[in-house]
Amino acid sequence: MANLGSAGGLHMYALTLQRASGVTGAVFGNFSAPRQQEIAVARGKILELCRPDDNGKVLTVVASEVFGTIRSIATFRLTGGNRDYLVVGSDSGRIVILEFVADKGGWERVHCETFGKSGVRRIVPGQYVATDPRGRAVMVGAVEKQKLVYILNRDSAARLTISSPLEAHKSASLTFALVGVDVGFENPIFAALEVDMDEVETDPDTHEPLFEKVLTFYELDLGLNHVVRKWSDAVDPTANLLVAVPGGADGPGGVLVCAENFIVYKNHGHADKRCPLPRRKDLPPEQGLLLVASAVHRQRDLFFIVVQSEAGDLYKVTVQTDGEDKDAVSEVKVRYLDSVPTCVALCILRSGFLFCASEFGNSGFYQFQGVGEDDESPSCSSLTFEGGDEAAAAAARARRGAVVELEPRPLRNLLHVDDIDSLCPMIDAKLLELGERGAPPSLVSLCGRSARSTLRVVQHGLSVSDLAVSELPGNPNAVWTVKKRKSDQFDAYIVVSFVNATLVLSIGETVEEVSDSGLKPDTPTLVVALLGEDSLVQVYPAGIYHVRADGRASEWRPPRGKPIVQASANNRQVAVGLQGGEVVYFELDETGTLAELDKKDPRPSRRRDLGLEVSCLELGRVPDGRARSRFLAVGGLDSTIRILSLDPDECMNVLAVLALPAQAESAALASLQLGRPGTPPALFLCIGLSNGVMLRARIDQRSGQLSDTRTRFLGGKPARLFRTSLGGGDGVLALSSRSWVLYSLAGALHTTPLSYVPLDAGASFASEHCPEGLVAIAGNTLRIVSVDRLGDAFTSEAVPLRYTPRRMAHHSVSGHVVVIESDHNALSADEKEEEADGMLMEACVGVPRGGAGKWASAIRVLDLAARRTLSVIELAENEAAVSVAAVPLRERGGETFIVVGTVKDMTLHPRTLTCGYLHVYQFAEGNTQLNLVHKTQVEDVPAAIAPFGGRVLVGVGSGLRIYEMGAKKLLRKAELKGLPTMVQSLHVISSQRIVVGDLSESFHFVHYKRADNTLTVFADDIAPRWLTAACPLDAHSLAGADKFGNIFVCRLPREVSDDADDAALMAASAGRDDLALNGAPSKAEEVVQFHVGETVTSLQKVSLGPGCAEVILYTTLFGGIGALLPLTSREDVELLTALEMHVRQEAPPLCGREQLFFRSAYFPVKACVDGDYLTLFNSLPAAEQKTIADDLDRTPAEISKKLEELAARIL
Amino acid sequence: MTSQERFSVHSQLEHLQAKYVGTGHADSTKFEWAVNQHRDSHALYVGFDSLSSFFAVAENEAVGRVKFSSLQKMIQPCGPPPPKEDD
Repeated sequence: MANLGSAGGLHMYALTLQRASGVTGAVFGNFSAPRQQEIAVARGKILELCRPDDNGKVLTVVASEVFGTIRSIATFRLTGGNRDYLVVGSDSGRIVILEFVADKGGWERVHCETFGKSGVRRIVPGQYVATDPRGRAVMVGAVEKQKLVYILNRDSAARLTISSPLEAHKSASLTFALVGVDVGFENPIFAALEVDMDEVETDPDTHEPLFEKVLTFYELDLGLNHVVRKWSDAVDPTANLLVAVPGGADGPGGVLVCAENFIVYKNHGHADKRCPLPRRKDLPPEQGLLLVASAVHRQRDLFFIVVQSEAGDLYKVTVQTDGEDKDAVSEVKVRYLDSVPTCVALCILRSGFLFCASEFGNSGFYQFQGVGEDDESPSCSSLTFEGGDEAAAAAARARRGAVVELEPRPLRNLLHVDDIDSLCPMIDAKLLELGERGAPPSLVSLCGRSARSTLRVVQHGLSVSDLAVSELPGNPNAVWTVKKRKSDQFDAYIVVSFVNATLVLSIGETVEEVSDSGLKPDTPTLVVALLGEDSLVQVYPAGIYHVRADGRASEWRPPRGKPIVQASANNRQVAVGLQGGEVVYFELDETGTLAELDKKDPRPSRRRDLGLEVSCLELGRVPDGRARSRFLAVGGLDSTIRILSLDPDECMNVLAVLALPAQAESAALASLQLGRPGTPPALFLCIGLSNGVMLRARIDQRSGQLSDTRTRFLGGKPARLFRTSLGGGDGVLALSSRSWVLYSLAGALHTTPLSYVPLDAGASFASEHCPEGLVAIAGNTLRIVSVDRLGDAFTSEAVPLRYTPRRMAHHSVSGHVVVIESDHNALSADEKEEEADGMLMEACVGVPRGGAGKWASAIRVLDLAARRTLSVIELAENEAAVSVAAVPLRERGGETFIVVGTVKDMTLHPRTLTCGYLHVYQFAEGNTQLNLVHKTQVEDVPAAIAPFGGRVLVGVGSGLRIYEMGAKKLLRKAELKGLPTMVQSLHVISSQRIVVGDLSESFHFVHYKRADNTLTVFADDIAPRWLTAACPLDAHSLAGADKFGNIFVCRLPREVSDDADDAALMAASAGRDDLALNGAPSKAEEVVQFHVGETVTSLQKVSLGPGCAEVILYTTLFGGIGALLPLTSREDVELLTALEMHVRQEAPPLCGREQLFFRSAYFPVKACVDGDYLTLFNSLPAAEQKTIADDLDRTPAEISKKLEELAARIL
Repeated sequence: MTSQERFSVHSQLEHLQAKYVGTGHADSTKFEWAVNQHRDSHALYVGFDSLSSFFAVAENEAVGRVKFSSLQKMIQPCGPPPPKEDD
């Protein structure tokens, strides 16, 4: 990091590499078109539109970063409308109504009304949004006090209008839930669960607070234009969720109030109907069962409600009405449906699917097979509580026998269709080199929670799945696919060319060799294509062979002694390059014969001198509705590429010449859709160079001029390019020592590697099973593959774990990784067998709860190259592992031992423990197992361990200790007491300098004086930071991250001396054990400050691949991956800062939060440019891009080139 | 500053005080101050999903449960108020 050491200001460029995959909210609706089944998914700061395809795979249509926190989303539809609007409650202090505009391919803000300060505040609305089921009003609520109602209407032009806000505030009232009650077309009513915090009393016996939780109906009087509290009624103090029951003509209306263990139907002027929930057998009776998510399905003649408990069990709730009176509820029934992982939101699609947005891990997509109408499933009814009053309920609770028990079982009513991959929660990550040297490193990440935990090996690259792999008789050098006739949807033949033969395979149920294709088998082939309607052309060194469908064939032969060396063909044109540098061009005429149009020698004057050869030819696809491709690209051995015109009147005229840094190996013309939908596609010439670089230049459609050249390093071998189709349009397969694809998706251009073996040649492939795949050659194998999930730049492979992973250590000698796993509130493996024998499918249905202060924990050794577990040590006696490190020990000749810090009987609120231990493990059995050497007892949590010159540095609670290896235990050698809270992380900078990350008070710089064997704090940070991750950048600087989602770099000023004597003298705490306020004599400075918006869980200073700059890589709890790139030139900093300012003017974020305020949510943003925000520049209309670029004295292409270069420097 | 201006400033302050819950004033007790701090924190834990997920992982509870208990704690975060000193 060149810039880090310099005295000049450090400036960072922050860019998200992989957006977060955890879900915070989801709603179902028809957003883009009427009847289009879609789900709007909120992922913290990202709003996504997802749509299931015909095969039940859920695809992301568009993902937009909103530069704010989305706290709640809801939909509404105006009466008579056929599409839904989305209301977003965020931290912007504004109500935002979004509409999906299909033409623009994105969300558009219809209304944005400010009502309060920005930020997540307790009295500023945004926490809850509720809409009237008939789309007449929306209520936005805060956690405390404030509620605002907006009336929605249409103006004469049928546009959505919004009224000024109507207040429904009540001070000191705390809101738990908010929902729009279905009242048909009477005045809209909103129901809220509230507690008046001023009316709290204390129970004289238990000292528990006594409060009244009420259900309040707010009525919006449309005639008088104001909101009144219409009705208020007490509910259970544990009530937490409201579900609106369909009303009007569809049902009885009213709400279901969900409390611990119960659901109560309530409505104004209606008796309560109370129904208990079936409970899991293993749930202790004193523990309440909370409902956390719900979904309502309504059809013309029926509706039903699905709710989910915190354990993951889905229940179907039926609200039975009396025969005559449709508004009188006679019974509420709750029936166990199935068990799926616990969700934050459930969406029932009209097409009979259920989208389960899991709070952690992969989200699920299920199809309803039934709705639990069989009588075996455990069910409860409100009728069992005659009258359903409080006393009866309490009595029933007391009668343990009356509780209906359930045992989770495999899915019966739901069919699992798809999983939406999620890395959330990502608890720790390390970039490691797992493969051979030179291969790009993989991000080893600890993901998931409890029984769904995994270790994932995340790699940069699109995931590729094999459809078929077959061996070939030799090593082929090229492959093509051709259709039988132009109108066919799928390819008919795969043609493979060897050194001296050509193999034709037909595509059907199986792929097998055929000889009736009419192509010459006994010669190598240069190109094969479908010509015209149904004829084939085969170009081989000795000629061009044109085969008609009826078997007639014609042939063209080059002049003697000038064989064909290069060729390119499309549906109507063929171009060949002869040895010696002649290019001959053919076009299909009206009679269907291939006619030579013109000859052209690229460099006639210099041919003889240099013997200049054509190194590549490229025609491109015939554009739809045109007779020909207008351009021919000719690469020469003199490191140039020329664009020749193919227009009949200026045929073979040179339109443009581009000098290249190396010889062109191959070229591909692709027309890609960029920018907003509706803009015409742009034509690009991609050139693969012999030095492994791919150049991409834009071709002017009219003049053929090349401009806006971008480069990208692909790998160590010459780059070969192949035209394919990807993402429904043109794409390019670029092969070097790594395989890449270039394609456009949602208006953006992507260049992404494939996570696959290196390939030698490839072509597109379309068949019934795989409408958009690739056929490729790797060595002597022919592979048919499909590229999955375009747009996701990372792929991951999972290794299952037993408990929530916490930390990992890398054993550099063997390359193995040690992972510690621990779960609070869980039962360890041996306890489980006793208590809940026969629990199956833990990953689906969860594990039994152990209760507070009960831990299950394990230490695991993994071989990541083989992706498998080598050994597991289960910790006994309620011990839980909290920290791990690989430590070379001086006393044992520098052998690396694994030190694990554990706690015994720890409780979380408040933190208490019996004791902690330091386990020392030695590798055995060829580094596959760990043997316990000894355990050392410590009195507080050993939360951080680090190697320190052959000794062990341990943070024990708020103290820092140096231990030395002993025969029976670790021996304490030095200690520093009185750090503020708890040592969270330890970084050894040098043999004298240690940096301690405190849990809540940021960094403390510690000097170790060897002579006196003392540790002294000589400097600390000014800001109180709740650290979650840290990494040292150089001797004076550290990058850190806190749990509120900030990343910062802090640096010791040059003049700070770490002379411990000075420090000890100056310290306010001199001679005392504890640090006083602002204890250390010197303070670190903050040089960079940036708000990511998600809790950051790991930080590393790494380079992400060959040719990439060193960056600070971060991962977030929601599974996001991003990087901070230090900017190296003053000029870049100025340009990017100015650009950021302009983009702020032209592209305000979607949800109303100002980008600058968002990035400064906790601390003012400093010395960091928001790369994610700058990429919005590319999606601005051309005119606005031009204005911004003019102000910056640049062209729009230069700016987007700069952004692309920066992104390529990171990854 | 005239007395009228002073009065108007005073009433403005009072108005702001009522509008922005938790701002505190000269007569805030330690208890009120602590209650406001805790309520602000809990409101953030509920509103900022990253934090509730963070706690949910640590405690091995459902996110819905973590949010619910944060809200419940807002009711009386620092225990019962100290007995009022009679003046």
